[in-house]
Amino acid sequence: MRRSSIFFIIVLSGLIGLCLILLHSSVTIREREDELHLKAEMVKVLGLTDLCLFTEARYTRNPSVADIHTPFQDYPFSLEHFPSGSLMKPPGHIKK
Amino acid sequence: MIRLREIRKVFNSGRPSEFTALRGISIDVELKKVTVLKGPSGSGKTTLLSIIGCMARPTSGRIWFEEREITSLPERFLTEIRRKTFGFVFQQFNLIKGISVIENVMLPSYPCGEDIREIRKKALELIQFFNLSGKESSKIEWLSGGEQQRAAIARALINDPSIIIADEPTAHLDTKLSLEFMGFMKMLKEREKTIIIASHDPIVYESDIVDNVLNMRDGIVITGDL
Amino acid sequence: MNRLRNILDFTISSLMRRKGRNIALIVVYTFVVFILASVIFFTEALRREATTILRDAPEIVVQRVIAGRHDLIPLRYIDKIKAIPGVRSVKGRLWGYYFDPLSGSNYTLIVVDPRNSLSGVNHGDIKEGTIIIGSGISRSRIVHEGDTMPFRSFDGIPLYLKVKDVLSSESAIIAADVILISEKDYKKLSGIPSGYCTDLVISVANTKEIPTIARKITEVLPDTRPIVRDEILRTYDSVLNWRSGIILMIFWGALAAFIIFAWDRATGLSAEEKREIGILKAIGWETSDVIMMKFWEGIVISLTSFLTGMILAYLHVFFSSYSLFKPVLLGWSVLYPEFRLTPFIDTYQIATLLFLVVIPYTVATIVPSWRAATVDPDSVMK
Repeated sequence: MRRSSIFFIIVLSGLIGLCLILLHSSVTIREREDELHLKAEMVKVLGLTDLCLFTEARYTRNPSVADIHTPFQDYPFSLEHFPSGSLMKPPGHIKK
Repeated sequence: MIRLREIRKVFNSGRPSEFTALRGISIDVELKKVTVLKGPSGSGKTTLLSIIGCMARPTSGRIWFEEREITSLPERFLTEIRRKTFGFVFQQFNLIKGISVIENVMLPSYPCGEDIREIRKKALELIQFFNLSGKESSKIEWLSGGEQQRAAIARALINDPSIIIADEPTAHLDTKLSLEFMGFMKMLKEREKTIIIASHDPIVYESDIVDNVLNMRDGIVITGDL
Repeated sequence: MNRLRNILDFTISSLMRRKGRNIALIVVYTFVVFILASVIFFTEALRREATTILRDAPEIVVQRVIAGRHDLIPLRYIDKIKAIPGVRSVKGRLWGYYFDPLSGSNYTLIVVDPRNSLSGVNHGDIKEGTIIIGSGISRSRIVHEGDTMPFRSFDGIPLYLKVKDVLSSESAIIAADVILISEKDYKKLSGIPSGYCTDLVISVANTKEIPTIARKITEVLPDTRPIVRDEILRTYDSVLNWRSGIILMIFWGALAAFIIFAWDRATGLSAEEKREIGILKAIGWETSDVIMMKFWEGIVISLTSFLTGMILAYLHVFFSSYSLFKPVLLGWSVLYPEFRLTPFIDTYQIATLLFLVVIPYTVATIVPSWRAATVDPDSVMK
């Protein structure tokens, strides 16, 4: 078979793969809708303000309700939590 | 007829390494005949060949190709003429290593836009003509010197050119292969091709198929001039 | 069209000549794409999840700030806020953190209003002495329904609480470290005096009024700090935006390294390659044909790597639960939430990656060859 044909087949398979990904994505999102509703409900009932991503410190666990001082309140000379401290940026509204 | 008038070629003009390869060549090359440019190395044979074959432009002078002046044609047209009309056989063969014989033969046709199956068909015919059948898928470096020479000539013929240009084709060949080469040139002459060869090999210029010999020395033609 | 395909044929057979090297190149390239795409997919999925789930977060949260610290808020503030027009309800919330020295993990304790009910959770009313724990706690402490967990109160007195239920694993992303507890138990545990709570949650009649009401709250109670829902949602929008912050740094870092790599590879056009281009010119190829060949060279490598890397990244993030990132993200937290991300993908991400990955490489392949491609056709004859 022509080499260019093989290449086109590879690219085509890749593109089909990409289409499958998009398809899988939308199907899964629809499947998980109930789950998302449940989570949203839990947020409402419990009055949650953040995702539970990094549990080491208050400012990484609940960045939305942290203020500028929170990261420094652990204790003097407390070390930065890594990598969550670097990954969890301070939210925009803190700076106001 | 290919006409050249007052062709001069200067390299590295204005610099200390300035070098005049051709000093005013005026010749007529007859079509469908075999012309040999004879002379020692440095006489300007290769430069003259490249100008006739539309591979390079002269510094000054004029060229006509069958009543049509091609001296100042734009690059595109020149390349077009070169592709369609001329087939080159180089001294060093200049085949591309690592790819197959047939791909080497087909290579000049790739950018022409022809269907690859047509090109392949023509290539196989040429491979058969030059007794290379069975070796078309082999890598070119596995072929013997003589076989590579035949592949190089086959490549020169893939676009069905009317003029064959060969630059010192027998320089790296033994007597047997040199005679074989001239045999192929004879076959091509019988097919009404024009052949222009640059060589200082007697096997070439003393061959009986040669119609015209132009002696060259230091950038001018000594005999056979107008 | 034929011309393009023919040249592509030659380009591929040309690449196959140095099979090992080109395959290594594709592998490295695919890996770079894989990492980049994984980061993008991961953060985008988290961000979309956050904005979807947190849409019903409290409209306004009011904290009290003393000496720069977030302090307990007196319940009497509730009436002051209720008096502000437009406020529909004000509730005091009791919640806080608990550090468990045994496991070294932090928990979030929340007192649930008995009037609320969470569907699918067997709580109704959390009786004294019982708790409902999050899936992450259950997993890391190996505690199940019916087990008892020891706690240490603020005054050193141990408190034993029985696990009544475990929250579903699907809720891990928001409640992996959560313990739902009764008010009495929490007060025993934390030492929060009566008359105070952690913060206040406000709901309003008209969401358009939120900023106004927030402002009025600070006027009426200057030692408070209101946080509105919009800000909460935008926290995750900016933190997880792959187009900003640390993620962007990682992105650019990888991209820069890659461009350098591609350039370095492409600029050193070897003598061999130059000679071959000379031969092609001699046998009738034009400069544009040679450039087309280089273009195909770039495309073949980059497109293959792009598609492979992208597909692998998707499988990595959404099927194997971003297993490669876990050690990186784990950091100091002992209690790491295991959650299965919902695959929020859009064509924008794919298009951006395509643009940033394929184009620089192809350009880096073509540009250095430009000079060699313009060589005179008679160069090989000299």
